[in-house]
Amino acid sequence: MRPDPDGGAPPLAIEVNDLTVAYREQPVLWDVDVSFRQGALTAIVGPNGAGKTTLIRAILGLVPLAAGMVRILGRAPEDARTEVAYVPQRGSVDWDFPTSVLDLVLMGTYGRLGWFRRPGAAERDRAGEALEKVGMEAFAERQISQLSGGQQQRVFLARALVQDARIYLMDEPFQGVDARTETAIVEVLRELRARGNTVIVVHHALQTVAEYFDEVVLLNVRRIASGPVEEAFTDENLRLAYGGRVPFLRSAG
Amino acid sequence: MELLHALFFDYTLRTVALGAGALGAVAGALGSFAVLRRQSLLGDAISHAALPGIVLAFMLTGSRATPVLVLGAALAGWVGTLFVLAIVRRSRIPEDAALGIVLSVFFGLGLVLLTFVQRSPTAAQAGLETFLFGQAATLLEQDVLLIAGVGSIALVALALGWKEFKLLSFDPDFGRSMGLPMTRIDVALTTLLVVAIVLGLQTVGVVLMSAMVVAPAAAARQWTDSLGLMVVLAGALGAGAGVAGTLVSSMGRGIPTGPTIVLAASIFVGVSLLVAPGRGLVAGRLRLRRVRQQVREGESEP
Repeated sequence: MRPDPDGGAPPLAIEVNDLTVAYREQPVLWDVDVSFRQGALTAIVGPNGAGKTTLIRAILGLVPLAAGMVRILGRAPEDARTEVAYVPQRGSVDWDFPTSVLDLVLMGTYGRLGWFRRPGAAERDRAGEALEKVGMEAFAERQISQLSGGQQQRVFLARALVQDARIYLMDEPFQGVDARTETAIVEVLRELRARGNTVIVVHHALQTVAEYFDEVVLLNVRRIASGPVEEAFTDENLRLAYGGRVPFLRSAG
Repeated sequence: MELLHALFFDYTLRTVALGAGALGAVAGALGSFAVLRRQSLLGDAISHAALPGIVLAFMLTGSRATPVLVLGAALAGWVGTLFVLAIVRRSRIPEDAALGIVLSVFFGLGLVLLTFVQRSPTAAQAGLETFLFGQAATLLEQDVLLIAGVGSIALVALALGWKEFKLLSFDPDFGRSMGLPMTRIDVALTTLLVVAIVLGLQTVGVVLMSAMVVAPAAAARQWTDSLGLMVVLAGALGAGAGVAGTLVSSMGRGIPTGPTIVLAASIFVGVSLLVAPGRGLVAGRLRLRRVRQQVREGESEP
């Protein structure tokens, strides 16, 4: 189907080389080399201020790179924007904005619609399906200001699903959500993986890393470790990433 | 009754009312986006920044024709906006301070130029100072045509870029992540806002024009939770304020039209804040009382 530059192994979903990002003179990410395997669920973990959000914003082209290079599916990021779907942090938008749940989800179709075209019946159908997947179909006509935090998160997830991308970048989707939402998100993540998609999630709850994810990246301005969870997610690496302040060590098991 | 009769048959009044209505509609519709993006102050900066443009356009061309002055106002307003964006991007000065700086510097420059021109011996400059508070009575039929024509183009452009402007207002980073040129979309929407403001300067004046951007939109927001309805309603309220203000000011000598229009728009805001269903203060009080009552009844149950 897709021409494969290496001829052999599929290209990496995302490759980040020597990435440095600085706000003012303060480096937020320093010389980070990390790659994300296609078809895997990967968690990015690290303490507050470790640059987790900045890493995915750098991959998306939302922050200027001081140095380094990002490749998406072996291509320059600008040429691969429609391959990447994005779930921003829930608090990054004004939920009092006058729009409905369905309208918000339809925004995920704007990237491919082209200028001056409005979403039509086909887009509405896809948005409806996405809402069903996250269990929010009954809320389609609801005002977004009436949603609970968990519902907001599921609507954001539905918006990313209609982007119909191969790579999904999610910024703290589990932050402060109810149990039902957490289950719904995990189901969606697994379904995405089953269809061969790549999912990269900024994650803060260390106790669920092993349960939810295949691979992990430990980050604290620099890359501390990365790889399959059973290899990289060790107590020693956690101590390196969090300093002495590991929030709690993983339950024995 | 007499007023309505005059509105239809008094040529001057009809012209002014049409012009004020058109500018109110355009400013209200585009103002909705400024209000939702929390850029209400931007309108104030743009309109004040337009003053030196008006005076410079006159000094350079010696003409007081409306299109010339409007063009000067638009250029200066646009340059002022670019200054704001540049200050925010290249320094640590936050947006509200940048708006304040540009507003006062440009407006001060405009006042200096205005004073300078007025000292000059010719009488040609007479009337430039009416741009401070606007003078609706000077509206000619061709001015109204200009407002309606350019305003219609701006509204058509707003409709064409609807989904992009909506995305820009709600979640610009998400748009950027999909590869949409959000900066250019931002410049386009801001340009439309500049157009809307500049069209109203002759009628309402640089000092009060931002009220026509903010007030109808703020009033409309109270009544609806749909962006489309809000924009239409803000346009209608802006038009209503324009016509109502014109009529009221025609009832007595010495009632200035521009400020009366702004007062009419402010009354819309006040009424909407009070009585709008859902968001209004009265509705909120009633809701609170109902909840309290339910709690009390719940408590009294055995």
